[in-house]
Amino acid sequence: MFEGLSSRFEGILRKVRGRGRLGPEDVEEFLSEIRVALLEADVHLDVVGTLLDRIRDRAVGAEVSGALNPGQIVVKIVLEELTRVLGGETFRPAYAPRPPTVVLLAGLQGSGKTTTAAKLARWYKAQGRNPMLIGADLVRPAAVEQLRTLGDRINVPVFSESTDPVSVARSGLAEAGRLGRDVVICDTAGRLAIDEDLMAEVAEISGTLQPHHTFLVVDAMTGQDAVATAEAFHARLGLDALVVTKLDGDARGGAALSITEVVGRPIAFASTGETLDDFEPFHPDRLAGRILGMGDVETLIEKAEENFAAEEAEAAAARMLAGTFTLDDFLEQLRALRKMGSISSVMGMVPGMASQVRDLDEAVDERRIDRIEGIINSMTPAERLDPDVIDGSRRARIAAGSGTQVGEINNLVKQFREMRKMMKQMGGRGPGRRKAGRDRKKKGRGGRVTAAGPAPIDKKKGLSLPGLGDLSGDGGPSPGGLELPGTWPSG
Amino acid sequence: MVDDRTWEGLTNALLLADVGPSTTEALIGGVRHRVGTEGVDDVDGVLGLLKEEILDRLGGADRSLAVGGQPSIWLFVGVNGVGKTTTIGKLGWREAGAGRSVVFAAGDTFRAAAADQLAVWAERSGATMVRGAEGADPGSVVFDAVEHAAARGADLVLADTAGRVHTRGNLMDELAKVRRVAGKGAGTVTETLLVIDATTGQNGLLQAREFAAAADVTGIVLTKLDGSARGGIVVAVQDVLGIPVKLVGVGEGPEDLVGFDPADFVDALFSVDVPA
Repeated sequence: MFEGLSSRFEGILRKVRGRGRLGPEDVEEFLSEIRVALLEADVHLDVVGTLLDRIRDRAVGAEVSGALNPGQIVVKIVLEELTRVLGGETFRPAYAPRPPTVVLLAGLQGSGKTTTAAKLARWYKAQGRNPMLIGADLVRPAAVEQLRTLGDRINVPVFSESTDPVSVARSGLAEAGRLGRDVVICDTAGRLAIDEDLMAEVAEISGTLQPHHTFLVVDAMTGQDAVATAEAFHARLGLDALVVTKLDGDARGGAALSITEVVGRPIAFASTGETLDDFEPFHPDRLAGRILGMGDVETLIEKAEENFAAEEAEAAAARMLAGTFTLDDFLEQLRALRKMGSISSVMGMVPGMASQVRDLDEAVDERRIDRIEGIINSMTPAERLDPDVIDGSRRARIAAGSGTQVGEINNLVKQFREMRKMMKQMGGRGPGRRKAGRDRKKKGRGGRVTAAGPAPIDKKKGLSLPGLGDLSGDGGPSPGGLELPGTWPSG
Repeated sequence: MVDDRTWEGLTNALLLADVGPSTTEALIGGVRHRVGTEGVDDVDGVLGLLKEEILDRLGGADRSLAVGGQPSIWLFVGVNGVGKTTTIGKLGWREAGAGRSVVFAAGDTFRAAAADQLAVWAERSGATMVRGAEGADPGSVVFDAVEHAAARGADLVLADTAGRVHTRGNLMDELAKVRRVAGKGAGTVTETLLVIDATTGQNGLLQAREFAAAADVTGIVLTKLDGSARGGIVVAVQDVLGIPVKLVGVGEGPEDLVGFDPADFVDALFSVDVPA
């Protein structure tokens, strides 16, 4: 039932194949599938409506280019819109000019506040701060003991007393001053947004602490109610950001996106496991892909972007053959390969793909590309267009600018000249190039860096990864059996 | 008058209650068909048919909690933070109040101070509690509790387990083992109750499927139903997996655990404010 968006699109794709432009009716068909996918992902009903409007505006009339099929174009638009909601405003931890910096955690019962408090303390510690925890949850039995145990584990002091939550907060703040702690994190009892008394109490805690950051802790598995809850907490406390917990499961996390859209506050941290170091600053693009249905959408988009790269490469190839290939083009190709490097790290998480990816990593020697990129970046535009102008004093300047040796610059320029000369000769024998292209297609894929520089990029295949299946052209988005498990890649 | 706005309003109410798009579509489709054949033409009539459809799916399931072991063991499972420990506390209070002798098994040996939390509830309800060290094997803690209960002639063992995300294969294997070990001694596991938080969205169905596969779930406890969330995902859980809701949590006090009333539940699904 939780099929990915791309498989939902298959039926529609058969109908719209071959059209140059997406008409309103085509787009509506896509939108109704997107609507179901977003609702399955727990995106709030109202937010689904506004997202569909934005997607419709961009998709109607969108040109179907050679590299992308209509489904890929629509998926790309959807993913961009989701990423825009999630990444519109990013959270930057600020520190009070007069310490301590005070952080208040609030949320429903069971969302993970106590564990988050400890994880956050650990994170602040890793940033070189000296945090202290305040246990102001006096409702749930043994909540303070839980916090004390976790505090011991990370060697962070925990303050609490059996008075009332507001007094605990006040005394805790004084204790932090006495101990000279520069960050204070206050855990509070879980409460329902409709519980007037407890909402008033947490507002009073907030008034006492005057927190610099107030985080709402949200369970990734939450459904439609998340928005109303967040609005209620926001109205009382003025939220600064969200912490999304339990992202190590297979919940899509649409509720977190919905809160971001409605309340206008970013997600600061994602909690991705049970141990205290399973906690990291939030990456908007990952959640966007996840909402749309596991890895196959991400794969689709990566493939789409590879196709873009292929178009760029083709333009470069044309200049090559005309003998006007510049160092800028050369750098562009290197960058395309570098992009592959980052893709390889993602693909390495797919079971069974790691060994193939390792080959790729060996082929793309990151450090070598770094140096070449440094050298070219240290050249003036004129030097990049025509390296012949590079004389002794220019060489010395470029070497100093890129932290390399003069000899390396000589080598690069020499290699480049030879390459350009060879390309020009090849350009004179046009058909030969096309034949070579066909052969490459049969042999397989994958960019290779040889001693002479990067291999030209195959126009049809782009910078595809071995074993990924063919997603390009009008073959439709069949992910070639590749289905990323619903994990939340960390790191 | 029944028009498109009526259908949209009803659809939205179900979606906002977390019933989910596919179950909602099936329910609305069924009612649309009946409206045509039965000649219903007013909004109240349509709403009545829709409630009937949902009640049909919730079925006339047996919602009682089975006993019959010496002792009977009720095992509580679920993802983190849904309210397993609190549910055991409330249920222990209720069962002890009904004259049963109750033993708590503090099988959550992972979460810091989980056993301390359960100990407070044991004191409140007059149950005895068997606990192990933090990090101890949960299966052996539950086994010991059952042996303890059998030796004293106790009626009921309520066994807690650590919350676990259902996608963690090793933790689900551990749970299956706890379930097996629990029934190896003198007692019989007569209920395995999956605790689901009413705020849970569409993931609830995946949770139920995985926990049912690992631990042979016999019923659902729907917690936190006193908030603004409606818990509509349990309609799909019962419809697709045939697992009935047996208990409902409606607050933090010991008395805030009640039997599941399908008619009340269905009425509440439509009390969500539907945006115009």
